[in-house]
Amino acid sequence: MTNPFLDLVGIRKSYPGVVALNAVSLSVCPGEVIGLVGENGAGKSTLMKVLGGVVAPDAGIIRTDGVERQALTVHDAMATGIAFVHQELNLFENLDVAANVFIGREMLAGGFLKLVDTRALRRRVQPFLDRLGCDFAADVMVETLSLAQRQLVEIVKALSLEARLVIMDEPTSSLTITETERLLRVIAALKADGVSTIFISHRLGEVERCADRVVVLRDGSVAGELGREQVNHAAMIRLMVGRELKGSYTPPARPPSGEALQVRDARTLTYPAKTVNLDVRQGEILGLAGLVGSGRTELARALFGIDRLVDGSVWVAGAPVAAGRPRSAIEHGLYLVPEDRKRAGLLLDVSVAQNISLPNLRAYARGMLVAVGAEQKNAERQKKSLGIRVPDVGTAAGVLSGGNQQKVVLAKWLSMNPRVIVLDEPTRGIDVGSKNDIYGLLRELADAGVAILMISSDMEEVIGVCDRIAVMHEGGISGILDRPAFSEHNVLRLSVGAPSLPEFATETGS
Amino acid sequence: MIFKKDIGLLVLILVVGTVVAIINPRFLLIGNISNTANQVGLFGILAIAQAFVILTGGIELSVGAIVALLGVVFIDLIVNHNVHWGLAVLIVVGAGMLMGLIHGALVAKLGMQPFVVTLCALLIYRGTARYYTEDATVGFGFGASFPTLEWLTAGRSELFGPLARLVGYDGPTIAVPHTLIALAVVTVLAGVVLHRSVLGRYLFAIGKNEEAARYSGIATGRITIVAYVICCGLAALDAIVLAMYTRSIAPAVHGNFYELYAIAAAVLGGFSLRGGEGSIVGVVLGTILLQVLQNLVNLLGIPSSLNFAVMGSVILVGVLADQQFTRYRKRSIAQASRQRSAGRQPSRLPRVFR
Repeated sequence: MTNPFLDLVGIRKSYPGVVALNAVSLSVCPGEVIGLVGENGAGKSTLMKVLGGVVAPDAGIIRTDGVERQALTVHDAMATGIAFVHQELNLFENLDVAANVFIGREMLAGGFLKLVDTRALRRRVQPFLDRLGCDFAADVMVETLSLAQRQLVEIVKALSLEARLVIMDEPTSSLTITETERLLRVIAALKADGVSTIFISHRLGEVERCADRVVVLRDGSVAGELGREQVNHAAMIRLMVGRELKGSYTPPARPPSGEALQVRDARTLTYPAKTVNLDVRQGEILGLAGLVGSGRTELARALFGIDRLVDGSVWVAGAPVAAGRPRSAIEHGLYLVPEDRKRAGLLLDVSVAQNISLPNLRAYARGMLVAVGAEQKNAERQKKSLGIRVPDVGTAAGVLSGGNQQKVVLAKWLSMNPRVIVLDEPTRGIDVGSKNDIYGLLRELADAGVAILMISSDMEEVIGVCDRIAVMHEGGISGILDRPAFSEHNVLRLSVGAPSLPEFATETGS
Repeated sequence: MIFKKDIGLLVLILVVGTVVAIINPRFLLIGNISNTANQVGLFGILAIAQAFVILTGGIELSVGAIVALLGVVFIDLIVNHNVHWGLAVLIVVGAGMLMGLIHGALVAKLGMQPFVVTLCALLIYRGTARYYTEDATVGFGFGASFPTLEWLTAGRSELFGPLARLVGYDGPTIAVPHTLIALAVVTVLAGVVLHRSVLGRYLFAIGKNEEAARYSGIATGRITIVAYVICCGLAALDAIVLAMYTRSIAPAVHGNFYELYAIAAAVLGGFSLRGGEGSIVGVVLGTILLQVLQNLVNLLGIPSSLNFAVMGSVILVGVLADQQFTRYRKRSIAQASRQRSAGRQPSRLPRVFR
């Protein structure tokens, strides 16, 4: 390891209400593999945005090859040789590997006709593929490649841009074990060529295997750095957890009783090999924790009938819900507050009042016609009881702040006597005040006898609000914790799953 | 039910009308106005039909071909099969709704693109109509006469006459064509359905954001099918009125391009082809503008071969102006709200990395 070519010193970045990064320093030497770990929301993605030149820090210095800057531009980042391999890959499925690698920089032939010199592209790409030990050729269509192979295409693209640092964000979250092995070998190959890697992952075992150094972020600060010989599971989790979780928990008014939601042998389209069994009782808030991609959203969608279940059944208060039909779920009082409220939760340019009445419009109708007065009155009532901050319920929902939008989504269902409410990341992107409002509301609902299933990646929220926590790992429930067993440590351990799981993901093309 | 956009369109119609009237006063002759009104009635119903489908984000290209095929069928039923006209009306409208059901099911249940489905339907219906009549013109013949039906579809009533006499005016008055009255009835019904009923709300919701509509438990597939059924049912109704108006049908050309007039009127009236936007009053005003333009071409001595070119230019300019205006308004609203929340939300997260 020679001198670092990239140095971040005292980087600070705050957003309204949150300090995303606070005095973060990080240096990268050529050929170094740095593991970057931390909980959801610890500041990893903001730090990556700073490195990519997309976000300008409020304070701090970025030094690249001895040049000091306040902030990088996207162009600076590329010139320095910083490349990203994102969780969602940016590839054109309808083009072949070589065309994807050289997209926008095609070699031309045919003079003024400006034809793409396909053969030259493929000739240039092949050495990179060989170097990484890829098992596919340069002329293969990307749509026929597996996810793991597509990742390699992204890495090749980075190499062709003469990248010196490849940042991989959760690269193994949807890979099978053999694919993961191959990726780790690729990282070693990059290292041998002097290319550095920042490896962001929740899978601590992999971090442990490949990282020369691990940086642990917690609440926007560097909680600690571990050298090669200090890196192990326990040390990383200790640094990740360190925070005091505030004891804001409100216990239920009376012990939960009576099964409200029963999920029996449910298998979703994404993880058809895993069955899920889950019970949520009346009056309890059950948290559903797990890492991004562990199948929680897919389960929620299937419960509500947006997707069909491959197999299994869903029961509300002892009655079966017809699979694959949201209408049936609604008739049984099983409601979903979806993850993406802008796309699935709300009609953004429709008024708050009309959004609230939409799922139950017939109740506000006399004959076939909507009684605008009744609709308005209900909206006003919901506005008051939920504290939705909007001057007029005729305002378009898109104008509201995130927290108030989420309250509108909740108001849709609360006007309809819920039995079970499934909430998918209900407080993502919401300010602290609205968050507390929503927590209070959930507890009130539970005390009124509603069963609540809350999907959340926010550890503080899961531990601070829920009565029980079910943890999902790769499509199955890896464990259920009761309050005495609540700890960030326990949730994380279950989220990461047992290391020796059989391969389940479909392997294609290899 | 009346929106700002509609008022803009109304002003445009009045301006164009005034200009034409000044250049050529014959524009205001009672006969001319009555004829234009008749045309508005004939085309307005088709435009409203089209609006239902466009609202869901779809398109219905086969309405012109439906007008031809069902017009032929209607005349054939009455002339050659001696079916009572009332029954014939029911059969034809039923057939139209069935066509809509098929289009809707192909779109909503089998996931085909509306453009493809209805383009194929256009070709199929047009071809069938020509084959059915062996490409010959069919008509009612000289002797045939159905007083009630004719009065209903092609008649005109002196609605304003008695009123005018009452105030002491005894000059000529405009005979209101019954097609215009039919359009008025359809407008009111469609307006209530789209802007006041549960179904209308669902249609708007699907057009604006089908995903969110589905998450609200709306049976999006079924509602989309209903839109096509209404559209083709209304087209069938218009086929009858048009058949009675022309009295004879040449299946190769009857109703040609009518789907495009309908789409043009809807777009002029503020409907977005992406769905979820528009008003029924707008569609009717759009139809009126198109007919006034057609009239303008005739009255101002512009070669009638330029007809389409004039229409196309006006639609292009109109939609462009409207879009720019909307963008400007949205920007100033956004600016105002940003100023209001300044200090509270100083920075915006960039979209990249999401």
